[in-house]
Amino acid sequence: MGRSSVKIMTFRLHVLLALVLSSALAGHAQEIAVDSGAAKAGEFEFRINCAFCHGLGARGGGRGPDLTRAQKRHGNSDAEMFRNISQGIAGTVMPANGTNGQGVGMTDEEINQIIAYLRSIQVKAPAKPLGDAAHGKQLFYGDANCSFCHMVEGKGGRQGPDLSGVGTSRTTDALIESVRNPSQKLAWGLTEPTKEFAQEYATVTVVTAEGKRITGVTLNEDNFSVQIMDGSERIHLLQKDKLTSIKKSRESIMPGYDTDTLKDQDLNDILAYLVSVATK
Amino acid sequence: MRVHVTNRMNRVLSGCVLLCLGLAGSAVGQVTFERLVNSAKEPQNWLTYSGDYAGRRFSALDQVNTNTAPSLVAKWVYQTAATGKFETTPVVVDGILYATGPDNRVFALDARTGRLIWNYQRQLPGDIRPCCGRINRGVAVLGNKVFLGTLDAHVMALDSRTGNVVWDITAADYRLGYSFSLAPLAVKDEIILGVSGGEYGIQGFIDAYDANTGKRKWRFDTVPGPGQPGHDSWEGESWKTGGAPAWMTGVYDPATNQLFWPTGNPAPSNRGEGRAGDNLYSNSLLALDPDTGKLNWYFQFTKHDEHDWDATQVPILIDSSSQHLIAQANRNGFFYLLDRTTGKLLHANAYGKITWSDSKDAEGRPVANDVSSPTPEGRTVCPGALGATNWMSPSFDSQTSLFYVTVREQCDIFSTAPQPYIAGHAYYGSAYFPSDKSGPYSGSLKAIDPSNGQTKWEFQHISPTWSGVLSTAGGLVFTGDAEGNFIALDAATGKPLWHFQMGGAVYASPMAFAVDGKEYVAIAAGSSLYTFGLP
Repeated sequence: MGRSSVKIMTFRLHVLLALVLSSALAGHAQEIAVDSGAAKAGEFEFRINCAFCHGLGARGGGRGPDLTRAQKRHGNSDAEMFRNISQGIAGTVMPANGTNGQGVGMTDEEINQIIAYLRSIQVKAPAKPLGDAAHGKQLFYGDANCSFCHMVEGKGGRQGPDLSGVGTSRTTDALIESVRNPSQKLAWGLTEPTKEFAQEYATVTVVTAEGKRITGVTLNEDNFSVQIMDGSERIHLLQKDKLTSIKKSRESIMPGYDTDTLKDQDLNDILAYLVSVATK
Repeated sequence: MRVHVTNRMNRVLSGCVLLCLGLAGSAVGQVTFERLVNSAKEPQNWLTYSGDYAGRRFSALDQVNTNTAPSLVAKWVYQTAATGKFETTPVVVDGILYATGPDNRVFALDARTGRLIWNYQRQLPGDIRPCCGRINRGVAVLGNKVFLGTLDAHVMALDSRTGNVVWDITAADYRLGYSFSLAPLAVKDEIILGVSGGEYGIQGFIDAYDANTGKRKWRFDTVPGPGQPGHDSWEGESWKTGGAPAWMTGVYDPATNQLFWPTGNPAPSNRGEGRAGDNLYSNSLLALDPDTGKLNWYFQFTKHDEHDWDATQVPILIDSSSQHLIAQANRNGFFYLLDRTTGKLLHANAYGKITWSDSKDAEGRPVANDVSSPTPEGRTVCPGALGATNWMSPSFDSQTSLFYVTVREQCDIFSTAPQPYIAGHAYYGSAYFPSDKSGPYSGSLKAIDPSNGQTKWEFQHISPTWSGVLSTAGGLVFTGDAEGNFIALDAATGKPLWHFQMGGAVYASPMAFAVDGKEYVAIAAGSSLYTFGLP
């Protein structure tokens, strides 16, 4: 196959994150030399090894962030990206190369091809302006009631996922959908080291042998036990054979925020706040 | 330190070992072909990957039964300290357990105590390319040797008393994507195994080696070359990268001296363009003469596959009063029952969620509809790429006449894109993604009546499991779940009778054995091998 080393043009980056970051980043030109042959090979590798979470075209999936953004949460340099792909990212669901059961694992050469591919597409990042992060923070902890269930940087509730890093680990579209229609795709909670799929934030209602009714989110469940956090953040550790009934629902315990409840601009402000926290 | 002894001393010592261990209730005997054929006569042992030549994964032991199962307790645990999926099924011979771990570890344990007798780990090259983890599923035993296929495509014989390497041969070039992950099968004086590498555009094969010398006796090319029958089922030069690996252990019928070996996907797995035709012998069941490797008949489950639906699931020989049958719950979501004398299909019925077929051909084989082929933007198809089931072993219990199989309920979006072949690099022709619309993935254990393919009972799992199934004469089936439970169920009803939380997900198939008259059930979970028995 032809692997001509074509140097393609340099790009001026206007990306979503740059707009909400300090002006030091915004407007900076970055020199990127991309080998188009390597980038094409990287696209094959990306589809096989990465797209399962990061989506076709690297635009983000339900689980992995949009990698077309030039400003990446865990490092932008080739060396940082190589390390992240090769070793995974501690504290996230990003696994080390070849350990996630997707794809076949990559050689160093193939990882570099992935990086070349990501460089070749990052100009296509959406330049959608976000809102007022300061106002978003007020809403998050105030009228929008987000913090009743969600924590950011150690402050807030526990019934929903911690949102400190969500601003960069999910696409904007996915975040909007999860606010407007939270039951469409339930958030992933606990992941276990050897388990294939994560626990979802599903809703469960049980009745105990004593006739006590408990409703809450599922922290973890197996064939014989279920762990529930109720509305007052109490944890219930229950054996299924001791329960009178157990009813599971994929209707999220989180209310859907329609545009009457939360205007588009207010939602944009909240997203801007979450992005600002995630890119600190 | 090795102690050298004279031949005479050796004879004296061997006699003593046999005598002493015999007195202790455990004799280290040679595993002969006759013992393998008659494995039903020694239910205390588990002599092959699937427990017998028929592939039934059934134990005739009944000490642990529907009455006693609720009192099962853990007896011992062996920790491999390895990371990654632990997919082994142990073999047990006269009180000694042989198993493998990740990175081509092999170990021999006292089956009563779990204490290590010897271990061996192959030093692997840094640039091996196993598709699906640095895994291995087990060994074969024959004579006084233990046989292993390695991730760098070697076949090895180890001494069963020491783990010393007796012979080591290179079967293929691992740098082109060839590897072994399966447990070999010993038949007569041969060690038979099929290759992995369908993700790399390899040319698949099934090999037979002389157990004594390691000399290759025959090779069956699962992608026929020019001039061979079936070659015209490949477009142009596509056969050269056609895949069709054979990465799970086959079964053997001593009555007719036929070897039945299943094969995997054509390559590239997600792109049919460029390899027009049926792509023989991908996704097929091959009936081979074990003495020569000659093909008696074949049955192709999924023609011209574009969804990575390897047909490598362990098939099971089933005998009814007048019929000699072979059954397979296929990754494509259909349960197939064939006459194993002729290869004729008797019926094919869906046992999992399928959207890819809504009609059958003249032979009764499900055929693909026109909305199942992958597209550039992606198309949702059920089952997903990992299939309605996969390599986790099924089980057949002649007492209940039920076929037990782990089922995955998962649909995927299949996308396709042109991809050049580069030797040694992954060669998929695009990929698959989870379908948003399919909801959370689930799974179950199903008991299927093989006579009609209908499900008699179902035990629902919280999420899909990679555990296989064991059935026993105690009226039980054993399986594991992705949440780390090992579970005993009533084989007739599917009611769970006992479970134990092992702390790690199961990617293995269970087995049973007995030592000193005590029954044990064993399964790999997390990075440890667990055994259970009565208190």
